[in-house]
Amino acid sequence: MKKTYLLAAGICALGSQCLTQNIHAAAGGEPIKIGAIFSVTGPASFLGAPEEKTVRMFMDKLNAAGGINGRRVALVLKDSGGSPEKAVSFAKQLIEEEKVLAIIGPSTSGETMQIKALCEENEMILVSCAAAEVIVNPVARYVFKTPQKDSQAVTWIYRTMKDKGLRKIAVVSSNDGFGAAGKKQLEEMAPAEGIEILANEVYDKQATDLTDILTKIKGTRGVQAIVNWSIVPAQSIVAKNMRQLGMEMPLFQSHGFGNRKYVEQAGVAAEGTLFPAGRLLVVDELPDSHPQKALLAAYKKDYEETYKEDVSTFGGHAYDAILVVTEALKRAGRPDRARVRDAIENLKGLVGTAGVFNFSPTDHTGLDLTSFEMLTVKDGKFAIYRK
Amino acid sequence: MESGNLELQYFLSGITKGSIYAVVAIGFNLIYSATGVLNFAQGEFVMLGGMVAVTLARFVPLPVALAGAVVIVALVGCLLEILFFRRLQRHSILHLVIITIGLSIVLQEIALHLWDEKVRSLPYFTGNEISTLKFLGAAISPQVLWVLATVAVIVVLLHIFLKYTLPGRAMRAGSSNPSAAMLAGINIANMRTLAFGLSAAIGALAGCVISPITMTHYEMGAPLAIKGFAAAIVGGLGNPMAAVLGGLMVGVLEAYSVSRLPAAYSDVTVFAVLLLVLFVRPHGFWGRPGGESVREH
Repeated sequence: MKKTYLLAAGICALGSQCLTQNIHAAAGGEPIKIGAIFSVTGPASFLGAPEEKTVRMFMDKLNAAGGINGRRVALVLKDSGGSPEKAVSFAKQLIEEEKVLAIIGPSTSGETMQIKALCEENEMILVSCAAAEVIVNPVARYVFKTPQKDSQAVTWIYRTMKDKGLRKIAVVSSNDGFGAAGKKQLEEMAPAEGIEILANEVYDKQATDLTDILTKIKGTRGVQAIVNWSIVPAQSIVAKNMRQLGMEMPLFQSHGFGNRKYVEQAGVAAEGTLFPAGRLLVVDELPDSHPQKALLAAYKKDYEETYKEDVSTFGGHAYDAILVVTEALKRAGRPDRARVRDAIENLKGLVGTAGVFNFSPTDHTGLDLTSFEMLTVKDGKFAIYRK
Repeated sequence: MESGNLELQYFLSGITKGSIYAVVAIGFNLIYSATGVLNFAQGEFVMLGGMVAVTLARFVPLPVALAGAVVIVALVGCLLEILFFRRLQRHSILHLVIITIGLSIVLQEIALHLWDEKVRSLPYFTGNEISTLKFLGAAISPQVLWVLATVAVIVVLLHIFLKYTLPGRAMRAGSSNPSAAMLAGINIANMRTLAFGLSAAIGALAGCVISPITMTHYEMGAPLAIKGFAAAIVGGLGNPMAAVLGGLMVGVLEAYSVSRLPAAYSDVTVFAVLLLVLFVRPHGFWGRPGGESVREH
């Protein structure tokens, strides 16, 4: 008896769903829905907040210009607060209830990995704004990402070290997902690049002072440089504590240093810090002939005028993600997920904020080493590092 | 660097951290002594103090901004007591403690909406990010001395207040024997409000002096509250001086742990020792059963 009821209820639900879909199809002018999961609040809000602002700005502009192929694009935004559990339930909502064309985000690698399989199973396009290699390696047919890979950042750091004649280093990282992923890459790639890690310490991401760990490194014989892999506030604290201890060795930071606010927080202690990043932060230094110049300058101007705050590379990753989806949608002609997916894989020479994207069935990041530039801090501003 | 100086450097680094825990722990103590409640929102007072001061410092000179932050956060403390704890007097201490955890989350969210998720900080009171004081080959930031001086001033003022002034004595009387105090004409409810206000003020001042070192953001309160709580427990609840010593001990212990073990183990060491202390001396090093040392000061 109970089963019959359930069955009946199920059939009704199915029926009503078909009905609504038909109505939508008939309406034609329905907006195309794109989902976004960002950690607008919480510990990863330094990523999610500029990402959300960027995507809103992008959508407003796109719709003001008439949308895509004559149809408006609507954003369904979810704030995960940096929690992988929430990211999973929001992803399910976007897939099952909202039936969006594609999901952009999440902001962090941990969240992305939690929903990678889910999106793949449901044939939902996911364009992540997180950096970890594992998101696109192994490749999942429906999963893409826009930031440069961790391994590319590490390659840049190690090559710069070798140029400077530094071979023995200390690694310090925070005990969160970002720090752990960076630490792993640094350890794995060191032998091949001829770099020796003499000290390797992990600290609490909420640490208030790191002089003890740095004292340990200072007491380790032969260390020529320090690599720190963490986010705020620790990445500013490391810089300050090093200088307070009178340590003159070069400090390398991850590509997570890409916001001018962090430089302000570390003050003069940030001078000379080296880190790989996209060119967004040094757009003024680029020659006019550079393929990214026009796009970067426009994004920076729009963002800073709209939100009265400095642009960051993180917002840029969201810009690239929405750009990839909308561009592929234009080429696919209609919001058919399989077609849009194929279109993303065939995007070549697409200029974004992180670099020039060339996707392929085996490369779902589409960026090569040239998308990074080694930057340094000079007089409180970012500048391209020159030997 | 000579190895002897390395040891000293670890010690100074421990003092740096310890001074931060100590200044948070004092606030814990005061509310506990006066009301018996462990206020887990104490870390949020620290955060609010820093946030308000950073905001004010954009418009007024630094000392005025600090004073403003202390006054504003003290008022917030009083308001919280009047809005929540005054109405809930009949509930058990455990309920009140859980309410403070709830308050701490609410205050965090309010800070997130009033300000934003960004990290900010006050300028160093003397010197800048890279200035240090050299001491036998080891270095310490001048800001740490500011923190230690603040701790010292707070402890002395608290001592004078609790022992020699009428409101201070009334506060102690109210907590050691509420009914007798009431018969003597003390308004217990107002004394509790005063205790919350004072704790909030101390927390806010702490938030200001540590801001250049730790930086201020809306989520900084909870981890500080946990370490400050540990410091207060190790020292012995109910005694401001014990809280300070407890804080410094926790800090130095952390630094010592880092010097011998991988840095990731420092929290494990601290809390292992905390447990040991609680086994051997359940009331902390300088505490008395029931945390009555302030009450019988």
